[in-house]
Amino acid sequence: MLKAYLIKRALMTIPTMLILLTIIFLIMRVLPGDPVAAIVGTKAPPEVIQSVTRRLGLDQPYHIQYINYLSDLLRGDLGRSMIWGRRPVIDEIMDHFPATLELSISAFMVSILIGIITGTEAARKFRSKFDQVLRFYGILTYSLFIPWFGIMLQLIFSVYLKLLPVGGRIDPFMEPEKITGLYLLDSILTLNIPSFFNALSHLVLPSITLGVYISGVFTRTVRSNMLEVLRKDYITAARARGIPENVVVYRHALKNAFIPILTMMGLQFALLLAGAVLTETTFSWPGMGTFLLERIMYRDYTTVQGTVVFIALLIVSISLLVDIMYAYLDPRIRFR
Amino acid sequence: MKCLLNINELKVYYFTRRGVVRAVDGVSLNISRGEVLGLVGESGSGKSTLGISLLGLVPPPGRVVGGSIIFDGIELTKLSADEFAKIRGRRISMIFQDPMTSLNPLMKIGDHLMETIMIHENIPKNEARERSIKALEEVGIPPERFNDYPHQFSGGMRQRVMIALAILLNPDLIIADEPTTALDVIVQAQIIDLLNNLRKQYNMSILLISHDIGVVSEIADKIAVMYAGHLVEMADVDVIFKDPLHPYTSALLRAVPLIESKYEKLYYIPGSPPDLVNPPKGCRFHPRCPHATDICRTREPRTVSIEDHIVKCWMYCDTYE
Repeated sequence: MLKAYLIKRALMTIPTMLILLTIIFLIMRVLPGDPVAAIVGTKAPPEVIQSVTRRLGLDQPYHIQYINYLSDLLRGDLGRSMIWGRRPVIDEIMDHFPATLELSISAFMVSILIGIITGTEAARKFRSKFDQVLRFYGILTYSLFIPWFGIMLQLIFSVYLKLLPVGGRIDPFMEPEKITGLYLLDSILTLNIPSFFNALSHLVLPSITLGVYISGVFTRTVRSNMLEVLRKDYITAARARGIPENVVVYRHALKNAFIPILTMMGLQFALLLAGAVLTETTFSWPGMGTFLLERIMYRDYTTVQGTVVFIALLIVSISLLVDIMYAYLDPRIRFR
Repeated sequence: MKCLLNINELKVYYFTRRGVVRAVDGVSLNISRGEVLGLVGESGSGKSTLGISLLGLVPPPGRVVGGSIIFDGIELTKLSADEFAKIRGRRISMIFQDPMTSLNPLMKIGDHLMETIMIHENIPKNEARERSIKALEEVGIPPERFNDYPHQFSGGMRQRVMIALAILLNPDLIIADEPTTALDVIVQAQIIDLLNNLRKQYNMSILLISHDIGVVSEIADKIAVMYAGHLVEMADVDVIFKDPLHPYTSALLRAVPLIESKYEKLYYIPGSPPDLVNPPKGCRFHPRCPHATDICRTREPRTVSIEDHIVKCWMYCDTYE
């Protein structure tokens, strides 16, 4: 039964993907700005413009362009960059994605940890002073201006206390041998202890900045879902059996509250993977956010389009993953 | 019979925005070892609040504001959270009204039982497992359903699981709060039979809370009647049926539909239960009482006992003082 559910769910991603790809295609065509002009400049002679247009396939009618675009994607070809040596877009993405992935995972862990503990405790002490403070925290962090918060952390921990580096992902010549592109993981795999600590020290501030920023949403979501679950009969029944309060809250209630929270978390994580432009810029983090922003400035159409497709694919896969986790968590889905 | 539970002048209030809801307002009663006390009353009469207060689980904004609950020599109202948790499930357990929502949907049936045993007793896992299976068998659930989830069980089966959970650690007292209300009539009879057998087997006391005096009379030794936060009458079950003293009890008995009844229409008590934020002055039943006199409207009656028969009504207070 589980298998049937998973197959059904996986098939459902196909139309979603198709709609996404079409929208991306359309947006890229109606966006202001001329890619050819971006490459050759506005003062180029007409024959140069013509040849570049032909080379990019932009002289074709839209429906042909659309078919070419889809068939290329089907072969896993995201195209080539329009600038800087026409590198394959996928290579460009892979240069930046591990940095974003590493930051996303650690920021996500920070936010989940903060979100779950604060949200749960706020729900337990519903309407107390403590609850009020945490609710305020939820709003405060959500409205936090990341560059300001990041700079404050840099000032305190890097400039005054000199504990952590100001920015960047790792010090020069400290990069571990590339296996996955995730510095922490690679340095563990190659047993490169100095690299590991160097990369870790660079990761701390951006992870906290980004982690705190999203933790507020988690605090609020965990709180409201926990409040609902804590009112359920089976929670009273568990208490009535003498199950200690901490076990009731963190084992019985949290697991039940987690099911609706999971969707929100999956979505947040997917958004992180798209690159947190503000955090990455503040900490000179060479990730997807900075990369995408830079290429939009250059009107590097194929790269932007390829990157957006890549991100869309990621989001769809993560929502599929979330649904698989649902089935794992909730027997009512598993046995349906 | 030895007294197991002694409730004296218990007051449980809910401090809501509308005002103070006096859900249980000075109730005293005793339960002896091995005795089944049926607690009946309309919805909102405070009977469930009384039940849950015995486990110290009155939901906020409610709390016990006065009186005492002495269980086997222990003053429950003064226990710390940790001390109370040791009593819950092990010495006092509870069966809830709605079996559909009383089991954790993400936990296997067997795990509910094993967790309960292992929290109270320091025994190895396989022994806890054996005892859980035995408890399930005792309520008529085959061992192969040990690893099923609650949603794979019917309502009646789930209530059996709740009963298995309640008798698991052989408690002295079981609080059964409307254990059959959510079930159909056939299953209702089965559950009542099961409770009755288990109670004889283990010599447990049961506080059976129900709005249905018919169901209660099937296994109760004594019946207590609550109205608007007050205990209005308590006596042996035969006495209550044969010779009810309080006008509310008589009305309640007349409202039980009987198949052989000669009346065409069902009897009901006119009016509705009072608002417990602003209860009526005097006797709380007086606005609906056919025998109400002036004193009933102004002064609250004393509780008088005529042998083992307790009643709170001016008709039985000899002098109007």
